[in-house]
Amino acid sequence: MSKDKVHEKLKILSDAAKYDVSCASSGSNRANTGKGIGTGVACGICHSFTEDGRCVSLFKILMTNNCIYDCAYCVNRRTNDRPRATFTAQEIVDLTIGFYRRNYIEGLFLSSGVIKSPDYTMERMVQVAKKLRNEENYNGYIHLKAIPGASRELINEAGIWADRLSVNMEIPTELHLKKLAPEKNYPDIISPMGQIRDSILMAKEERQKYRKAPRFAPAGQSTQLIVGASPETDRQIILLSSGLYKKQNLKRVYFSGYLPVNSYDQRLPAINRPPLVRENRLYQSDWLMRFYHFKAEEILSEDQPFLDLDVDPKLGFALRNMHLFPVDINRADYEMILRIPGVGVQSAQKIILARKHRRLNSLHLKNIGIVMKRAKYFITCNELPAHRIDWEPQRLKHKLLCEMDSKYKKSLDTQLKLFTDFRQALPPLH
Amino acid sequence: MKIYTYDNTFEGLLTCVFECYNRKDFPVDICSRTGEQRYLFVEKIDIETNPQKAERVWKGIQKQLSGKNKQLLFYAFLSEEMGIEMKIYRFLRRLFSGHLNLETDYGDSDVLYLTQTSQKVKKEAMRMLQFVRFQRTKDRMFFCGIEPKYDVVPLILDHYKKRFADQKWLIYDLKRNYGVFYDKDKVEEVEISKKQFNTLTGQVNKQLLDDSEDFYQKLWRSYFKHITIEERKNLRLQRQHMPRRFWRYLPEKQGEKK
Repeated sequence: MSKDKVHEKLKILSDAAKYDVSCASSGSNRANTGKGIGTGVACGICHSFTEDGRCVSLFKILMTNNCIYDCAYCVNRRTNDRPRATFTAQEIVDLTIGFYRRNYIEGLFLSSGVIKSPDYTMERMVQVAKKLRNEENYNGYIHLKAIPGASRELINEAGIWADRLSVNMEIPTELHLKKLAPEKNYPDIISPMGQIRDSILMAKEERQKYRKAPRFAPAGQSTQLIVGASPETDRQIILLSSGLYKKQNLKRVYFSGYLPVNSYDQRLPAINRPPLVRENRLYQSDWLMRFYHFKAEEILSEDQPFLDLDVDPKLGFALRNMHLFPVDINRADYEMILRIPGVGVQSAQKIILARKHRRLNSLHLKNIGIVMKRAKYFITCNELPAHRIDWEPQRLKHKLLCEMDSKYKKSLDTQLKLFTDFRQALPPLH
Repeated sequence: MKIYTYDNTFEGLLTCVFECYNRKDFPVDICSRTGEQRYLFVEKIDIETNPQKAERVWKGIQKQLSGKNKQLLFYAFLSEEMGIEMKIYRFLRRLFSGHLNLETDYGDSDVLYLTQTSQKVKKEAMRMLQFVRFQRTKDRMFFCGIEPKYDVVPLILDHYKKRFADQKWLIYDLKRNYGVFYDKDKVEEVEISKKQFNTLTGQVNKQLLDDSEDFYQKLWRSYFKHITIEERKNLRLQRQHMPRRFWRYLPEKQGEKK
C-alpha cells in the first residue's frame, strides 16, 4: 500500500468519524488466548485526550464516507461536496494492529457510511472484525456499528466478532426522523436493537450452562441521540433513554450536542454553538438514572419539559423536594444519602461504611471528600446545624449560584449577548 | 527517644513492625536509611530486613483485611510519602489489636490517609496503562521510557505481559533508572548502562528505530489532529485528564512544537 495514500484516507475518514461520541472501551474482559495480541480491560482505558477534552480510547474510523442517504444532520450526506475515501479491510487491519502494538489505542471502533446497500456495507465491516480476530489473533476491543436495515444473519455474525454493537437512533422521535432523514425508517433502527438484545441474553444464558459457549457482544450495545437538531424536550429524551435502558437493555445512551454542520439546510435550527450545557445536563441526568437510583420521572416532572441549565439535575431535585431534607448522615439509608447534592457515589459508600465505626461530623465529611459548600444546606450530622434558617428554594438556589464558579458560565453560554460589542459613546474622562 | 531505621523496602518496614512487637517497643518514628536524616538527637536502631519475619507480619495482615483491600498498605507504601511508615505502623497496631473492618474507618485520619494515598498510587498505575507509548526498534523490540510519579512499574507488568504476549517490550522508568523487559516468555528487571535513548523524553535514537515507526507516528499525529472537534475546544478539560507532565512522552503531542 502506498503510504501517502493511506495517510490521505486516514485524514478524510477520521475527520468524518469524529461526530460519533461513543468511545468507551469498557465492559469486556476478553482474555488473550494462544499468545496473540490484545486483551480487554473491564474498566476501559483512555489512551489520549484531544483538544476538545474527549478521550481517545478506540481508533474511531469510518470505513467509507460515501453514503447513499441524505440525512439533514449528517456531514457525510450524499449532497455535500466533500472529499470522499474508502478503506480496504486490509488497510484498517494494518492500521489497527500498528497502533495497538504501540499502545496508542484500546481497540477499533468501526463505523461507516452506507454504500450500495446496508447489507453490502455491513458485510464489509464484519469482514474487518473477522480478519482481526482470525488472521491477526487479535483479542482487543472491537466496537462495530450495526447498519440499520442490514440482515439478521450479518448482525448476528457481527456480534460474534465484536465486543460491542451499536445502532444509532440519532433523532429521538419517529416524527422528526421522518422529517430530517426521509430515507430511513424507525422500525429499521428498533428491530436490530431488539435482535441484539435477545442474542446477548441468550448467549449469556448459554455461557452459564457451557463454559465454552461463544460470546455475543459481551460489552453490550449502545446508541446515540443528537440533542438540539430537532425540537424534542429534555423530558422526552430522558424518558426515551430510560425506556431504552429498561426495555432494550442498553449499556449506554450517548448524547451528542448538535453541531451545525449543514447550516444551509432550512429544516435544522440555526445556532452558532453546540448546546454543550444542555448536553452536559442530560448526561448528568443519565448518571442519576444509572448510578444514583433516580427514576426518570423524578428528574423532570410533567409540568417541566426542560432541565434547568443553571443548576445540575440533582440539586434541582433537592430544591424541588425540600421536604425530604435535611438528611441525617448518621442514620439515613444509602438511597437518601445519594440524593444529597455534593455527595457522590464513592463518598456515599464511604459514609455508609465509616459511620459503623463512629458518628460522623462535618469535619469527617469534608475530609472524606464531600462538597460541603453545597451539602451543608441539606444535611444534619453529629453536631449543631451550621445555620438556623429554613431556606426557601428560590433563595437557596440564588445563593448557591452566586457562590458557584461554574466552568460553563462564560465560555460556553449559548445565549447571545446583547452588549458584547458595546462601545462607550463618549471617551473616558481620564 | 528511639527511632527504627530500615532499608527502604516494604519487607524492611514489615520487619520493623515485627521487631516492635518482639521488643515490646513503640518507636517515635520509623525512617528509611536511604533518605535524608530527619532527627539529630535520637537513639537510632538499625533493623536488618528479615524475610521470614516480614512474611509473618504480611500473613497476619492478609488474615485481617478484606478482599479488595488486601494490598492497601503495599500501595500506600509505594507512594514514598514522607512519614507513611508511622501511619502504616499505627494502622497495624490497631489492626492487630482486633479492630474489625478497620480499613473502612474513614473517620480516622490514618485510615483515610492510607486509603487516599493508595488511591493515588493506583491512579498513577492507571496512567501508566494509558500513556505508555511504545516505539518499535530495528531489532523488533517495543521500547517505552517514562517517568511515573510513584514506583508503579511493578504493578503494571501483568497487564502488559498479557496484552502484548507476542512482542518483545521494554518499559523503562527514567527517574528510578530501571526497567522491565519481556522476551515473549518471562519478565525480568533490567538496568541499562549505555543508554541509546534520550533520558528526558524516552525517545530512542533515530538510527535505531524501525523504518515503519516514523510512518505510524505521523499517522497517529494526524489522526489525533483530525478527530478533534474545533467547535468544542476545551483545553482545560484536556489537561485535567492528561496532565502536562506526560506530554513529552506522547507522540501526538510532540509534533506540535516542531
